[in-house]
Amino acid sequence: MSDTATKAPASSSGIKLPSTLSHIVSDLGKNGIFLALIAVVVLFSITTNGILLRPQNISNLIVQNGYILILAIGMVLVIVAGHIDLSVGSIAAFIGAFSGVLIRDAGFPWWLAIIGALVIGAVVGAWQGFWIAYVGIPAFIVTLAGMLIFRGLALITLGNSNIGSFPEEYRALGNGFISFAGPDAAIDFFTLAVGGLAIIALIVQQVRTRNGRKKYGQAVDPTVWFVAKMAFVTVGVGAFTYALASFKGIPVTLIVLAVLVMIYGIVANRTVFGRHIYAIGGNRHAAELSGVKTRSVDFWLFVNMGILAALAGLVFTARLNLAGPKAGDGFELEAISAAFIGGAAVQGGIGTISGAIIGGLIIGVLNNGMSIMGIGIEWQQAVKGLVLLLAVAFDVYNKRRAGGGSGR
Amino acid sequence: MTQNILEMRSITKTFPGVKALSDVTLEVARGEVHAICGENGAGKSTLMKVLSGVYPHGTYEGDIVFENETVEFRDIRDSEAKGIVIIHQELALSPYLSIAENIFLNNEVKGPLGLIDWNRTNQEAKKLLARVGLDEDPVTRILDIGVGKQQLVEIAKALSKEVKLLILDEPTAALNDSDSDHLLDLILHLKGQGITSIIISHKLNEIKKIADSVTVIRDGKTIETIQHKDVSEDRIIKGMVGRDLEHRYPDHTPHIGEEVLRVEKWTAHHPQDSSRVMVDNVDLTVHAGEIVGIAGLMGAGRTEFAMSLFGHSYGSRISGKVFKRGKEIKTRTVDEAIQNGIAYATEDRKMYGLNLIEDIKRNISMASLRKLVSFGLVNDNEEYKVANEYRQSMNIKSPTVLQRTGQLSGGNQQKVVLSKWIYSDPEVLILDEPTRGIDVGAKYEIYTIINRLASEGKAIIVISSELPELLGICDRIYALSEGRITGQMPVADATPEALLKLMTLEKQR
Repeated sequence: MSDTATKAPASSSGIKLPSTLSHIVSDLGKNGIFLALIAVVVLFSITTNGILLRPQNISNLIVQNGYILILAIGMVLVIVAGHIDLSVGSIAAFIGAFSGVLIRDAGFPWWLAIIGALVIGAVVGAWQGFWIAYVGIPAFIVTLAGMLIFRGLALITLGNSNIGSFPEEYRALGNGFISFAGPDAAIDFFTLAVGGLAIIALIVQQVRTRNGRKKYGQAVDPTVWFVAKMAFVTVGVGAFTYALASFKGIPVTLIVLAVLVMIYGIVANRTVFGRHIYAIGGNRHAAELSGVKTRSVDFWLFVNMGILAALAGLVFTARLNLAGPKAGDGFELEAISAAFIGGAAVQGGIGTISGAIIGGLIIGVLNNGMSIMGIGIEWQQAVKGLVLLLAVAFDVYNKRRAGGGSGR
Repeated sequence: MTQNILEMRSITKTFPGVKALSDVTLEVARGEVHAICGENGAGKSTLMKVLSGVYPHGTYEGDIVFENETVEFRDIRDSEAKGIVIIHQELALSPYLSIAENIFLNNEVKGPLGLIDWNRTNQEAKKLLARVGLDEDPVTRILDIGVGKQQLVEIAKALSKEVKLLILDEPTAALNDSDSDHLLDLILHLKGQGITSIIISHKLNEIKKIADSVTVIRDGKTIETIQHKDVSEDRIIKGMVGRDLEHRYPDHTPHIGEEVLRVEKWTAHHPQDSSRVMVDNVDLTVHAGEIVGIAGLMGAGRTEFAMSLFGHSYGSRISGKVFKRGKEIKTRTVDEAIQNGIAYATEDRKMYGLNLIEDIKRNISMASLRKLVSFGLVNDNEEYKVANEYRQSMNIKSPTVLQRTGQLSGGNQQKVVLSKWIYSDPEVLILDEPTRGIDVGAKYEIYTIINRLASEGKAIIVISSELPELLGICDRIYALSEGRITGQMPVADATPEALLKLMTLEKQR
């Protein structure tokens, strides 16, 4: 939720009310995107008469948006480095088709098909990374070409027809659930237990981070506010878990997502590679003159994006139980929107994994809520476009008010 | 009716915190070539920007009288309408347009329907090119001709606007010898046609050759105007540098140890035009605890030398040898240079030194993240601690190290850059213009830091265009001209005059 890298200075005692209050206000300001998600959820809960928050719908929200969120994770890193990737939808289609052919025509076991698909995803990413990093062609052009190339390859692979009916294990990636309750049970206690463990793990991690910072004399959230935040996390995750438990259990897609968010959150913030991405996006020349191997970072970023696009393609194909040549159409735009709504800067250097996930969820809730309300696809498109525009405009306005950021 | 075409009276121009010009007076006689001399930062360019309307009327104090009429320019178009044209050091030509298109850019030759008349455009361009002695087809694209010819196109463009007063800012800085000679002849030729010129130049022999009078500017003030018969290099140099050197630099007693860095026959060529030698056979040594200065005028190859040495960050066809403590090392990539204990703090900290949207902490750790890694992860608490230590020891003025560097003042930004490099634990620090754009108080602090580093045994190279600064802080100074080392002297023997002689020493022809 809150970005671990930026905390406003505050009194360490946290007793004085005014400073606590101003801290909370500034903290909320920094997490405006999270508040926006809550606002969207509340709005559509009302307009859909609560259908949005029904257990089945909540579960659907995750499963339906899983592949966009997977793409958004890779996309935000690409955008932070100052690039863009327009080809992820086509890559997802190509890889979905490829995995389908592996299973149906080549008779691969499901697990080998998945591994094979991810490897091809990496190769595709390396191909684009090569042109971008080592030949120096702008990512916009390379991935625009990739958009056409891999859409074409998807069509060629499928011979312009659909492939369907995959093994159950493969399909689980897209619409499987982990649950130990019988079909008639009202609630799955296993899901509740996992949710409980997740809450405990989150709180322990937050407390440890906070104590570590305190030990080094850094400013931390006032105690009251910290406790309030943890209580909020507990309630939020708890309610979410309860919803899942009373439907079918934990979606496999959610597990994949949770693992990715955890890993990439650490990569972005705590590894040298991640730091170099931000350094390159912030000032490529300065990064180069600080010894950052900018080309190599660019290259691996696109390899990574290729793998994540492949994974998104697998999840999508598994969910539909169908590999079609038109799959993944427009995914790239949703992933890019998610990153920008989530606060990534167009010029690069700024953006977080958590922001992109929240941005993706906002788009998901908009889609879902408007569909429930019976709003046509044409209006959905227009509304999403407006939201993207306003989100970025708000960001630009905020930065200008804060003094132009870089203070030229 | 005076015979002065231009009089600038008591011009004062203030930027936030700095008085760039203070009561400057400039009188230019009709039909003369008037040179303006001064060190980098003396205020020459600011004065010309005031004159040409880049800084509009109202943002400065004082009067400009042009052709016996007080003028108040709001922008460059105003001054151009009066016949004042300025040609900047960085040429303002569009590379993919033709010579003719560039000459008539925003001043197009139109036919009866308001459409561009290409035949007449090219015909008129041809005439103008003939006047500046450039034998090129007007439809040639700008990027297909050399810098020298581009300069001539700029002048042709000025002529198309019926120029009365032509201002040239360091016109020969980027030119080779024959192009320079041609350009100077052209200026004299135009003088014969009644066009007055102001030429800003560092090159004293050039000035002697063509200027009818010379105005010397120092620290934003007019020092004197010298008539042609009285012009001598010594007099100009004296005017340019004469100032109080005391108390602006902290005391420093050098403890010079063994040789740390030796560079032999270092040569680098221009990155695009690999036939142009930018750094020419440079030999240089630095010892532990020694502060070595590199003095050179703009375009002498100072930054080019430093950057080509630091991970081949500049240039092409780089050759030469680098030794650290007697052992040859390679510095082919920045990372390799850093690993070998070399650090380079750039002259342009906003473009090349800092990530302005990132905080102080992450800027300081940027070049040495590996030191903070345990079990594959960056320890950000440790990073905070390190940054905080530097914030205190370097006296970086900010509430916390979580402040973005874009919000800091120039002096504090420079301290962040220095912290970054000191944290990388180098043996050799190359500091390129370490006090550029910094106020006097912060300068003193930077000098103190440099002294402290030297006393810790680091070998330090300071590149500066301010001679007093080099004389104030260095132990030994090399002079660089046209990419070559033209001499070196211990600071005890060095005088501004002697250094400037070396810095303006041109290749034997």
